[in-house]
Amino acid sequence: MPKDHGIGASSKRREDVRFLTGEGNYTDDINVNGQAYVYFLRSDIAHGTLNSVDTSAADGMEGVVKIFTGADFEAVGSVPCGWQVTDKHGEVMQEPRHPVLAHGKVRHVGEPIAAVVAETLEQARDAAEAIVLDITHLPAVVDMKEAVKEGAPKVHDDLTSNLCYDWGFVEENKAAVDAAFEEAHHVTTLELVNNRLVANPMEPRVAVGDFARGTGDHTLYTTSQNPHVIRLLMGAFVLGIPEHKLRVVAPDVGGGFGTKIFHYQEEAFVTYAAKVCNRAVKWTSSRSEAFMSDAHGRDHVTKIQLALDKDNNFTALRTDTYANMGAYLSTFAPSVPTWLHGTLMAGNYKTPLIYVNVKAVFTNTVPVDAYRGAGRPEATYQLERLVDKAAHELKVDPIKLRRQNFIMEFPYATPVAVEYDTGDYVATMDKLEEMADIAGFKKRREDSEAKGKLRGFGVNCYIEACGIAPSNLVGQLGARAGLFESCTVRVNATGGLVVMTGSHSHGQGHETSFAQVVADMIGIPEDMVEIVHGDTANTPMGMGTYGSRSLAVGGSAMVKATEKIIAKATKIASHLLEASEGDVELKDGAFTVAGTDKSVAWGDVTLAAYVPHNYPLEEIEPGLEETAFYDPSNFTYPSGAYACEVELDPETGQVTVERFSAADDFGNIVNPMIVTGQVHGGLAQGIGQALLENCAYDSDGQLLSASYMDYAMPRASDLPFYDVDHSCQTPCTHNPLGVKGCGEAGAIGSPPAVVNAVLDAMRSGGKDVGHIDMPVSPHRVWEAMNS
Amino acid sequence: MTQLKMTVNGKAASGEVEGRTLLVQFLRENLGMTGTHVGCDTSQCGACVVHVNGEAVKSCTMLAVEANGAEVATIEGQAAPDGTLNTIQQAFQDHHGLQCGFCTPGMVMSAAALLKDNPKPTVDDVRHYLDGNICRCTGYHNIVKAIMAASGQDVSAIAAE
Repeated sequence: MPKDHGIGASSKRREDVRFLTGEGNYTDDINVNGQAYVYFLRSDIAHGTLNSVDTSAADGMEGVVKIFTGADFEAVGSVPCGWQVTDKHGEVMQEPRHPVLAHGKVRHVGEPIAAVVAETLEQARDAAEAIVLDITHLPAVVDMKEAVKEGAPKVHDDLTSNLCYDWGFVEENKAAVDAAFEEAHHVTTLELVNNRLVANPMEPRVAVGDFARGTGDHTLYTTSQNPHVIRLLMGAFVLGIPEHKLRVVAPDVGGGFGTKIFHYQEEAFVTYAAKVCNRAVKWTSSRSEAFMSDAHGRDHVTKIQLALDKDNNFTALRTDTYANMGAYLSTFAPSVPTWLHGTLMAGNYKTPLIYVNVKAVFTNTVPVDAYRGAGRPEATYQLERLVDKAAHELKVDPIKLRRQNFIMEFPYATPVAVEYDTGDYVATMDKLEEMADIAGFKKRREDSEAKGKLRGFGVNCYIEACGIAPSNLVGQLGARAGLFESCTVRVNATGGLVVMTGSHSHGQGHETSFAQVVADMIGIPEDMVEIVHGDTANTPMGMGTYGSRSLAVGGSAMVKATEKIIAKATKIASHLLEASEGDVELKDGAFTVAGTDKSVAWGDVTLAAYVPHNYPLEEIEPGLEETAFYDPSNFTYPSGAYACEVELDPETGQVTVERFSAADDFGNIVNPMIVTGQVHGGLAQGIGQALLENCAYDSDGQLLSASYMDYAMPRASDLPFYDVDHSCQTPCTHNPLGVKGCGEAGAIGSPPAVVNAVLDAMRSGGKDVGHIDMPVSPHRVWEAMNS
Repeated sequence: MTQLKMTVNGKAASGEVEGRTLLVQFLRENLGMTGTHVGCDTSQCGACVVHVNGEAVKSCTMLAVEANGAEVATIEGQAAPDGTLNTIQQAFQDHHGLQCGFCTPGMVMSAAALLKDNPKPTVDDVRHYLDGNICRCTGYHNIVKAIMAASGQDVSAIAAE
């Protein structure tokens, strides 16, 4: 019987009512009295010397308040990068200065050059058209392998080359890995591209800066997944504003998918300009601006090799990846192809020897950073495509080859520095085989063929590392931040709770699921618990939401704070009950004394805390409010097995996804409805990457896909109903809820299954091409079928 | 500047606009009705769908002056005066047809227009009708399911949420 409330219940989302009635409060819905509007004049070329920015004709135009150029920001700090990678030679990465407004050079299409603040957006835009730019065009570098060649044009003149770092992992194992390849019975080699994507949350970014001259207080309203991180990065590193004079508010945020983690120039601009102009300044991104200013995702070019012995056991794996950083280092960019990618290369397999090389490269393109999955989709895609290719080369069943090499015992220390605490890869594969109805595939293929279509079946496994992360570990790896989470639980006199979390909800439904946890712990109705997030003024310093960390890390902080509340409330209750504290327990919203019928209700205890007439004041303070910070001891390791069935029209090359099955192990689950919804969304983004989406540049660095006319966002008619299961549950061993995280799995696990299925369909049509790059567009398929 | 008058959710509304002011700007900025959203600049995403004289319209693609004198319905007017959600809104909540909520107003308004013309749509009808409404969160599964449920059809065969 499914639960109807608390942990494990599919409680309906409380946030839905305001979203369904138009009462959401998104950043663009916020208007400050007297605000001005800013329009950014952005570079329309990829690379050039910025000789002059002549604003004289624009300055006096109607409504113009002030025009800013790069010169206005020379005394202001560089937009910081939050992670420093050390390369295989022990040298730190090359780290360029990242100005708020371009100065001296422009380095990608979309880079802001000037900012016009005016009474209306239309006036700002009109004035921007009157600004005269003198730019000397320079040759652009777009292709990563060209960019690192001797003599290539340099994106940053003050760096030695376009190579940000050359990372080897684990460098000490390289010789042993190479030796294993020498002795291999079979080697499978695959070269592939992980296509550049744009996250595209439906809400474009918005930033409103405000400044109160009377108090010297700055406020920034922004579309962020982590307001405290923005406050620290922008305050300490860019503008020099201490945290106590800077409030950052991220209210209802319309999707993030990673791209709203980062600190962007526009946030620093409006905060700075509000003080200079002595009035609020608002920026709302258009979708076209979003395409050329939101950090992009993926964009890896990889060669990967697998060594197998004569019994088809994996003996070694090695990879060479070029990872695009774009023109500047976005907030967490250096960590994505290294620590979020290399550490996952073992996948679900007991490959004993692994070596990963990553060359991170600057190019004249928009910066690239974390997008849903961040490094883990890239790892999963190459590994699971490679294993499938090996199976076909060796003429063994791809599922059998995977099962044979599964890790079977936990905890398992991989050769790439992480320790999986729990998992059961056999269970998820068993479940998947049942869901995917493999026995019925032959008939379905015959039915497709009767219609002149080809049908293919593809499978893959995945492992991911979530719940980022132990602060001391990531500190050693180059993170310039701690990755704990925080929570303050305030109990009101009449028993209701306000839970103030450092996590941030931008679609995940925390206001519902977090309340389920606290209500369950105390034994009270969920509607007695209110979740507050998204405002540095009323939440404790927290690191925000990304990397499927909210419940595993933020939820753990919330559990710890609630445990402190319960411990203090138990002391108060034992006083009221005149019983020994050890005999008092909290159950179903009441404190009872073991072995008696004495009890006191939750609300009586909370009232006593604030009306302490009959209260042990000499022993404990009045009030009931506790804060906890939780720093995880390990990552969590969700895993699963996915299967895709496609139909391919050989006449047109069109591929449609007919079935998609996902068997996930997320450990314990708080709200199954929300978890399933998270998987659905991830699958759509993964299938989108596999079949539709591509962020394309031409060789001059022009962005060719800068609108929904050119960038193929998945529509409802592109996608199937999904079959999702999370009944396989091996709880995480090191957080109090036993949860692992579910937000990214769908995007991580689905692209290889789709491509494996397409290749299977093509083989059934007599065409074995070995590999096809994403997005598997009709054009690419048709060309491959007819080559 | 042009003086406009229209009826929005049954109430008289008026304001002064430039010739280039879009209907969505008029709703959001002049009237302060921020439930209608802007998610793109090429009429693709559908976050701004409202009804003008009973027809679904992308309000980012219509000049405010074109709606002079019209009857406009927005997401703010969909629930009953006492706040009770309408059938479509309730189905979206029951079937988890929204996550971040940004595309939701447009989805609900498009769904209403679909069900007015086609009260018992097939799944394919729903999926194709929504080609002009992009959602990045849900993968559409639960949106399609919610609209099918709102049409009174049995959705028990569609995988559980």
